[in-house]
Amino acid sequence: MNRAPGRLQLTRRQFLIAGAGAAGSLVIGLPALAFEEEGERKIGFFVQINPDGTVIVGCKEPEIGQGLRTALPMMVAEELDVDWEKVSIEQMPLGIVKTADGFAWKYGGGQGVGGSTGLISNWDLMRQVGADARRQLLRAAAERLGVDESQCHTKPGAVICTSLDKEIPYSELVVAAAALPAPEDAAPLRPTGSYRIIGTPRKTIDALDIVTGKTKYGIDTIQPDMRYAVIARAPVLNASVRSFDDTRARAVDGVLDVFRIDGPAPGEPYFILASGVAVVATSTWAAMEGSAALDIEWEDSPNADDSSERFWQENEEMLKGDGQIVLDDGDFDAAMAAAATKLTRRYRVPFVSHAPMEPMNCYASVKADSCHIIAPTQMPSGASRAASAATGVPRENITVEMTRCGGGFGRRMPADYVFEAATISKQTGWPIKLQWSREDDMKNDFYRPGGLHEVHAGLDADGKVTAWAQRLASGSKYYRRPNMPDENLSRPELYPDDFPRRMVDNLRLEYFHNAIGLPRGSWRAPAHTANAFVIQSFIDEIAHETGQDPLALRLDLLGEPRELEYSNHGGPVFNPGRLTRLIRFVAERIGYGRQLADGRGIGLATHFTFGGYAAHAIEVSVDEGKLTIERIVAAIDCGLAVHPNAVDAQLQGGTIDGLSTALGLEITVKDGQVQQSNFHDYPLARIAAFPSRFETHILPYDDVPTGVGEIGLPSAAPALTNAIFAATGQRIRSLPIGAQLGAVDMVSAASPQTWSPDEDEVF
Amino acid sequence: MVSFKINSEQVAFDGGEDTPLLWVIRDHLQLTGTKFGCGIGQCGACTVHVDGVALRSCTTSVGKIDGRSVTTIEGLANLDDALHPVQQAWLEHDVPQCGFCQAGQIMAAVDLLKRIPKPGDADIDKNMKNLCRCGTYVRIRKAIHRAAEIAAGDDS
Repeated sequence: MNRAPGRLQLTRRQFLIAGAGAAGSLVIGLPALAFEEEGERKIGFFVQINPDGTVIVGCKEPEIGQGLRTALPMMVAEELDVDWEKVSIEQMPLGIVKTADGFAWKYGGGQGVGGSTGLISNWDLMRQVGADARRQLLRAAAERLGVDESQCHTKPGAVICTSLDKEIPYSELVVAAAALPAPEDAAPLRPTGSYRIIGTPRKTIDALDIVTGKTKYGIDTIQPDMRYAVIARAPVLNASVRSFDDTRARAVDGVLDVFRIDGPAPGEPYFILASGVAVVATSTWAAMEGSAALDIEWEDSPNADDSSERFWQENEEMLKGDGQIVLDDGDFDAAMAAAATKLTRRYRVPFVSHAPMEPMNCYASVKADSCHIIAPTQMPSGASRAASAATGVPRENITVEMTRCGGGFGRRMPADYVFEAATISKQTGWPIKLQWSREDDMKNDFYRPGGLHEVHAGLDADGKVTAWAQRLASGSKYYRRPNMPDENLSRPELYPDDFPRRMVDNLRLEYFHNAIGLPRGSWRAPAHTANAFVIQSFIDEIAHETGQDPLALRLDLLGEPRELEYSNHGGPVFNPGRLTRLIRFVAERIGYGRQLADGRGIGLATHFTFGGYAAHAIEVSVDEGKLTIERIVAAIDCGLAVHPNAVDAQLQGGTIDGLSTALGLEITVKDGQVQQSNFHDYPLARIAAFPSRFETHILPYDDVPTGVGEIGLPSAAPALTNAIFAATGQRIRSLPIGAQLGAVDMVSAASPQTWSPDEDEVF
Repeated sequence: MVSFKINSEQVAFDGGEDTPLLWVIRDHLQLTGTKFGCGIGQCGACTVHVDGVALRSCTTSVGKIDGRSVTTIEGLANLDDALHPVQQAWLEHDVPQCGFCQAGQIMAAVDLLKRIPKPGDADIDKNMKNLCRCGTYVRIRKAIHRAAEIAAGDDS
């Protein structure tokens, strides 16, 4: 699903080059290979140092709230040696260049965010940009002063020559620096310990625009001659349009055009999710009203009988048989037969929706031989491919601008909405902005797969775990991916190298695929959200059943620091000792083990996700079925925290995402239709669900960063359900928690779902 | 024809009176700081002030606004561009992640502080009903307490 993280390898031909920009500025960028071959000298923009000393840094990655627009310039500013206050940001578009054998990235590496890779994949590149720019300035100063480069160094925004006791501001050097020959090698990077921007608390670089309403999201796109489009989508999975009557729709004031949109054939890979009827109008509301006035007849769907009820029954049936053996370490059967204590439990993890606050939308302007896309997207290259597939316009003639995204969570990795927008623009010949409603968004998602997990453990007479198995029946995320063999369907659902691999000798993983028609995709921390809940709950259950302390059992299994091979995403190593450190820390902070009042309990959990480590300790009280989260302690180890303010924000947000989802969220299907439609029946938790006693901690480790966007989520839910068990003795094995604790559902109790304006106050 | 004030400017809308105020603000007046999130008054991303009171603009027909005065996030700062204490506090605590819901959150918080100048946590729980998918609630809570201090003249 993602670009593999890794260190940037700059080849000789990819050294950063410098040149003159507009208004006497110095621009540092990468040469685009194809352009260079054509003898041109265009550069990919990365950093521009202006004559007034201000610095503009280009952000080549999408911003979905994870903080890259701030973190990437921090790296540049650190190496360039400028004051942070002088730095501003400019979003770069998709940069691809056609080559003899396909396309090459223009900006020194892939563009796109997912799998918590956005920071690490730019860690070397962005620092190098700053370091090379600084060295050009140093050289310009040395030349001007007639001294050797070695006699010059920098302070923020200026070159200093100690021997001559001279100081020249960068602003006076940019013209000369721009005229220097391109650097012949990469400038050295600063040693880790000398940072004064990286690793320090910096605020979101464009927050002022956000709090004053100036920031433009995709939904805010307004372009000349633009029309507005919506699509009435098939209510039943995989249904197509049989016929429609648009008489009433066309009568709506402002409606300009109405036409059919075809979806993929059932079972085929997705370009878009649903067939439908497009309505194009002079305003969003006119398009929505036109859509509501359509009379559409739908064809029968092969998925018309799909239901959640059947899905869960089928999973039960499947687990009675034999599945695909994904991993078989040691001899599970023999170890289980010899075990003094045997334990089996089942856990159910539901389908859930991404539901980012900004519903899907896309601007497209398709002309005969070109296409312009403005989209909130996590994967601009996918947007380019989708636009090309929809229009036949070659990708080198497609431009993709990225706006700030109103949330991502994995939903904006697919480009179905880009395909739709490009289709509508091509059909009408108009530039259009496609707007999804919230109902469109909730009913047409690539959902997090639901699954039924059966876990087994065998323990010897000393309480040591000797055998472990996890058997999972679920709807794989890889369902309906192009060229996907069945044996690969398990891959995104069970990560073999996860805990407790190499900690329990006899370990088996077994997978069963359930082909329910619900589309599925990557949902923040994908399978880790399910597996952390299952495994961290089961550890607790094993401890309670065998009279051990849940923390002690975890510490026994995890052990002390050591590097284990980890071949799944987030590797190449997994150091369980880093989890040990975190769970000890949160347990101590929350006062684990102290005497608690009746109805109170503390739960712990810890998990390794995509290269990063997190742990949660949560204290709850349960009173007559009413659950209150009293206190949350969360800790993360993401190696070197480059942008600690965002790390903290992601840990807070990931925790809340995990808890909100566990408390009340589930997508269900009946008669082939998704039953949820909006936030009244998909109740994201509100502020009242979360206590003011909510602390986050960053535990630094070494000097290499990991991503953070998904790390803080997986261990939150099991810490909560383990706390509920500690408080009540009731084990939550099926998510969401919903009303399982009693008549009162916390989500609705704490936050009435409907906000009712008292109209009399105003009118 | 509906006419009303928006951020102190007199405007008119000659479309259907049942058009939601939200879409008039966004498409016709092109003030895009006010967001569409759900269309049914659940999420609060569309919160604006009408005659000084917070309101979901997605479920309010523009016809009901005739002769009234609307303030959006763009009009919250004073004419001299001084930020509202809530906006200042939001920056101090660096509240936004994706930022999409924040205009609505800020408008809701301004309304809360108008009614309860020194809100406790329970007041915040009871009155702040806007959804944030990124989970900025921890910082929203702190920023509201801080905004109350700033508004009371405590700049420390």
